[in-house]
Amino acid sequence: MKALLKRDLMLALRAGGGFGLGLAFFLIVTVLVPFSVGPDPVLLTSIAPGVLWLGALLSCLLSLDRLLALDFEDGTLDLLATAPLPLEAALSVKALAHWLTTGLPLVVAAPVLGLMLNLAPAGYGWLVASLAVGTPALSVIGCFGAALTVGVKRGGLLMSLLVLPLYVPTLIFGAEAARRGAEGLDAMTPLILLAGLTSATIALMPFASAAVLRMTLR
Amino acid sequence: MSLWEYANPVKFLALSARVQPVLWVASGLCISVGLIWGFFGTPDDFRQGSTVKIIYLHVPSALMAINAWFMMLVTSLIWLIRRHHVSALAAKAAAPVGLIMTLIALVTGAIWGQPMWGTWWAWDPRLTSFLILFLFYLGYIALWEAIEDPDTAADLTSILCLVGSVFAILSRYAVRFWNQGLHQGTSIPVATGGRTVSDVFFYPLVISMIGFGLLFLALVLYRTCTEIRVRRTRALLAREGQGA
Repeated sequence: MKALLKRDLMLALRAGGGFGLGLAFFLIVTVLVPFSVGPDPVLLTSIAPGVLWLGALLSCLLSLDRLLALDFEDGTLDLLATAPLPLEAALSVKALAHWLTTGLPLVVAAPVLGLMLNLAPAGYGWLVASLAVGTPALSVIGCFGAALTVGVKRGGLLMSLLVLPLYVPTLIFGAEAARRGAEGLDAMTPLILLAGLTSATIALMPFASAAVLRMTLR
Repeated sequence: MSLWEYANPVKFLALSARVQPVLWVASGLCISVGLIWGFFGTPDDFRQGSTVKIIYLHVPSALMAINAWFMMLVTSLIWLIRRHHVSALAAKAAAPVGLIMTLIALVTGAIWGQPMWGTWWAWDPRLTSFLILFLFYLGYIALWEAIEDPDTAADLTSILCLVGSVFAILSRYAVRFWNQGLHQGTSIPVATGGRTVSDVFFYPLVISMIGFGLLFLALVLYRTCTEIRVRRTRALLAREGQGA
């Protein structure tokens, strides 16, 4: 498992395009928002948590198709499926690697972008907390979507259609926690619900992903 | 004599050929009676005027939109556990019907909402849940279309249906948390056995709901039979191709 994690991290870091791309996309989305809604600081303050969450979600989505597709093409997935390591564990590790290379940088970058969007001072801690708690769920759910469409030619758009509705609860609780935090309200309730959602998806989704992947590889 | 007998496509086709005419006539009758009674036989509402009558389309279609997904969930489970092809095909056949029912519910709701709420659309929990359900239907159908091997497609869509059900329910409660509602409470609370509409509106509504249910059954049977025949034709063509 460690070897697999190391391999995936190495590939993401060195193969180029994977690691920085999600982050750059996040940056561009947030920079485009003031262009589209205008530079009014009051307006930006009110929409900043939602925009940052949406940007993080989209950049997670963007990097999903390379989560399994490359390994599917060169046959690595077949090897993983027949390896003594359960496929559920292998997929969990892959999702973890995806989170480390995509989700974690987003969490770190979010406060800087929050500054650009004139986020309320009280909101930074909650924003980082909600992203840190919520993005693992995005990776694990995304892994399911990637497994579902890995056998489909040009499955990228289809995967967005399948994965985005599944992201709805995570987005609602995450953005709600960030928004309430920014407005100085009690943000603990949505954050706890978000944590529950993340724990449940981490515990259960790998089984669904592995089941789906076995069907595709069969 | 058990239900599983009809997992045999031949028996299923024979049964549905016998049942379908009855279903079509019954559903046609129920819907006509329900709608005509509802449109012409009931008084205008005190405050809503004649716009209240859209309820005879809106509520039944919304009901069937949810039940269609539930039926897909059950048939998907049957496919995953017992590998009956008819079951998988029934799930496939039900999806577009459910999609259209969802669309009808959304559109009639918007048409009613414009004069009553003063808006076509509001980000209300119920409306939003239905929009999400609509997206789930789209994704489900798109996945069926995208995969060529029919058995793999049935497998993958079944799992998507299971996971989607969990997330649809999650979303349902998440959106309630996110925004308080504009939509009124349920018209016929089954759990409490009470009623929030008066008898004048209630009876035609129930008849219309029964009619929509029968219509759904008839459509799904019809489409399932078509799917079975498509599958057969494909098998025959493949066999001929091998012989030649």
